[in-house]
Amino acid sequence: MGFNFNIIVEYAPFLLKGTLVTIGLSLSGILIGTLLGLAIGLGKMVKNKWLASPFHLYVTFFRGTPLFVQILLIHFGVVPLFNGETNGFAAAIIALSLNAAAYIAEIFRAGIQSLENGQMEAARSLGMSNAQAMRHVILPQAFTRMIPPLGNEFIVLLKESSLASIVTAPEIMYWARAMNGQYYKVWEPYLSAALIYLLLTMSLSYLLTRLERRLETA
Amino acid sequence: MIKIQGLKKSFGANEVLKDINLEIKPQEVVVVIGPSGSGKSTLLRCINLLETICGGHVYIEGKDITDKKNDINKMRAEVGMVFQQFNLFPHKTVIENIMMAPRKVRKVSEKAAREKGMYLLGKVGLQEKADAYPNSLSGGQKQRVAIARALAMEPKIMLFDEPTSALDPEVVGEVLEVMKQLALEGMTMVVVTHEMGFAREVGDRVIFMDGGYIVEENAPIELFSNPRQDRTQAFLSKVL
Ligand SMILES: Nc1ncnc2c1ncn2[C@@H]1O[C@H](COP(=O)(O)OP(=O)(O)OP(=O)(O)O)[C@@H](O)[C@H]1O
Ligand SMILES: [Mg+2]
Repeated sequence: MGFNFNIIVEYAPFLLKGTLVTIGLSLSGILIGTLLGLAIGLGKMVKNKWLASPFHLYVTFFRGTPLFVQILLIHFGVVPLFNGETNGFAAAIIALSLNAAAYIAEIFRAGIQSLENGQMEAARSLGMSNAQAMRHVILPQAFTRMIPPLGNEFIVLLKESSLASIVTAPEIMYWARAMNGQYYKVWEPYLSAALIYLLLTMSLSYLLTRLERRLETA
Repeated sequence: MIKIQGLKKSFGANEVLKDINLEIKPQEVVVVIGPSGSGKSTLLRCINLLETICGGHVYIEGKDITDKKNDINKMRAEVGMVFQQFNLFPHKTVIENIMMAPRKVRKVSEKAAREKGMYLLGKVGLQEKADAYPNSLSGGQKQRVAIARALAMEPKIMLFDEPTSALDPEVVGEVLEVMKQLALEGMTMVVVTHEMGFAREVGDRVIFMDGGYIVEENAPIELFSNPRQDRTQAFLSKVL
């Protein structure tokens, strides 16, 4: 049994569609995860312990349990609860977003806390409110510091979106596994999938490096 | 202008300010000296509400800063503060540093804020640095920008916490010169410093703090040549 290019050609349109789905899953996850992560990161920094505790709990849960488990819980448990029936694509987006949010919340908190107190104090001593100081002084600086770890998180998210195949979201790995099931072949489907992921992560990391450079010179 | 009555401040079990009473008159320049850890910075930070005070009262122009009804941000805007570490905003240019608070807090127009900023930069001798980023400036230049930034809010009083302690000796003079000019123009100032020459020349009154109390206060010449307390003598013999 040699390496069979024909079945890759046959599956190429599906793999292409799967790539688009993977990109869609990742982009949604990044977008929702970032917004949610910012909110949760801010929530964690609230001085009142009681108000902050749900946010701590959230981060602890989503960082302390496997994404695999989270996807299954959301697909078979949470989504049907709200929607009656489940939907692999929606469940995958929700799970990826919620998971990424927990990591991004931590990145966000670290970015803010790495700024010396002096910045906040200088802003406050000029009469700015806490919110004004955050918006004009702290956050812009924290964002610049967050870009590298945030970039890492995006790459992780892109790769972890492959777990969505187990809830039949038709992304890259879903089609690779279908190919494996149809032809009982290993190298063709999984090497093709690996190659696509590699292309995606390398392009993403190239874009991120360029963004970092640009922000550095600004 | 400022009246401090029975001010107390502790950090946990550490009582830093034990019973501070002090009145600062308009246009007065008060210099605060004292050994490390005596609470000089904490005193300034209490006046500017950067610390919540544990007891006593601080009045700024008759308004009690501990009164919950008074708007903290408004009262803070009346008090300018210059820090040892400058604390300029590194992501903004010099002129943007100066314009930010007037624009956001006082809602001054872009044009008016810029004009005012350029005027103040002229006063501290740094107009040509308006569009530079803080990181490209020397320590002395940074501190002069920080002074201009505080002045942009038109504060009624300026607090300086060791403004020259982080500077190379050769640029200390340029910052002290700006402060002296400010004093001559009638700004009310409280200055924590180790620069005894400045205290003598510019100060109306020197306050010696130790162990959370004001141990002694007097006109500079009196206090330096004729300290009445042993602790003041011991401290002065080390720094003079
Ligand atoms: N945020 C804080 N938390 C806990 N302790 C503090 C805090 N700020 C100051 N202290 C303590 O308060 C005491 C007085 O500090 P402060 O900075 O007011 O002294 P200082 O007179 O300004 O000294 P220096 O000349 O070294 O600047 C010190 O013992 C210090 O450790
Ligand atoms: Mg100090």
